[in-house]
Amino acid sequence: MYGSKVKLRFLFIVILLITLILTIFLILKSLEENVVYFQSPTEIKLLSELKDNKIRVGGMVKKDSISINANEVRFIITDFKNEINVIYTGSVPNLFAEEKGVVAEGILKDRSVFLATKILAKHDENYMPPEVKAALEEK
Amino acid sequence: MFNFFEPNKIFKITSRAPKYVLFLFIIVLSIGLVEALILSPEDYKQSHVVRIMYVHVPSAWISLGIFSSITFLSISGFVFKNKNFFLISKSLAPSGFVFNIIALVTGAIWGKPTWGTWWAWDARITSMLILALFYAMYLISWRIYEDKEKVFKITTFITILGIVNVPIIKYSVDWWNTLHQPASINILSKSSIHSSMLLPLMLMTAAFALFSLLIFLVKYNTELIKIKNRGLDRL
Repeated sequence: MYGSKVKLRFLFIVILLITLILTIFLILKSLEENVVYFQSPTEIKLLSELKDNKIRVGGMVKKDSISINANEVRFIITDFKNEINVIYTGSVPNLFAEEKGVVAEGILKDRSVFLATKILAKHDENYMPPEVKAALEEK
Repeated sequence: MFNFFEPNKIFKITSRAPKYVLFLFIIVLSIGLVEALILSPEDYKQSHVVRIMYVHVPSAWISLGIFSSITFLSISGFVFKNKNFFLISKSLAPSGFVFNIIALVTGAIWGKPTWGTWWAWDARITSMLILALFYAMYLISWRIYEDKEKVFKITTFITILGIVNVPIIKYSVDWWNTLHQPASINILSKSSIHSSMLLPLMLMTAAFALFSLLIFLVKYNTELIKIKNRGLDRL
C-alpha cells in the first residue's frame, strides 16, 4: 500500500520515540529524590543520615497542633503514620490551617524537629461552594 | 492522503470561516465570563481566587491539546511527506504557545495568595515550563530555516522530543509529591469539583478552543495566500 520509504520513516519515528521514552524514564527514575517537591514525615524518619542542606517536608497539619506565641509558630506535620514538629518564625499563608495540606521548607534539627524558613499552603483538588461544604460537614 | 489537495478549494472554506468562528467565540466567551466572574459561587477555602482557575485550567488543556495535535500532524506529515500537515501544525502552534504562557502566568498569580509563593520548582510547574520552551523552539525553527525540507524535519524532531514531556505533565501530580494539586476532573471517576464550578470551566474551555481555531484559520489562510502568490495551485 505504502512505499518502503514511508514504512522506514514510520519505523524511524517509532524507534526514536521508544528511545526517548526509555531515556527520560531512566533519568527521572534515578533523579526521583530531586523530582519530588517535598518529603513526607515517614520518608524523613527513614533517612539514613541527616544532612544540613535545605529540604522540604509536606503533609497535613495535625488537628489542634498549631500554637502561636509571639512571632513563633509551632505545629505538627503528619502523614497519618509519622509526625514531625515544625518551628517557624514569620507569617503564614492565608490557607494555612489545621487539617489542611502544608509544605515547610527549612532544615532538620533532628529526626523529629524541623526548623522551617518558609511555609507554603498546599491546596487540594476539591472545589466547592461554602454551602456545599457546610452541608457535607453536617452529614 | 490529501497529497494533491488544492489550496484554492480549501481557501474558499477557510477564508469565510473566521467571521463565523469569531461570532461564536464572542457569544461563548461572554456567557463563559458571566458564569465565571459573576454567577459561579466562590470556593469554600480560597473564596474568589478560585475564579483564576477558569482561565488557568482551560489554557493548560488547550496548550497540551495543541502540542499533541502538532506532534501528530508533524509525524504524519513526515511519514507520508504531506506538506499540508506541516502548514496546519505551523498555524496551530502560536495559540498553543500563548495559552501555555497564560497558564504559567495565571498559575503564578493564583499561587501567591493560595500557596504563598509565585513559583515553585515542582514537577508539574517545571514540566509546563519545559513545554513552553519546546513551543518556543518549534516557533523559532520555522523562522530560522528557509529550506522547507529542513524545517519539516527539524520541527518534527522538536515535537517528538516535546511529546515525551506531555504525559509527564499530565501524571507528574500523581507520580511525585508536588505542590500543585492533583487533577480535579477525571473522565473515569467522579470529579472533585462542584457542578456549579464545572459549568464555567467548560464554557471557558470552549471559548478558548474557539479562539485557537480562529487564530489557526487566520494563520492558515496566510499560508495558503503565500502559496497562491507563488503561483502554485498545489503544494
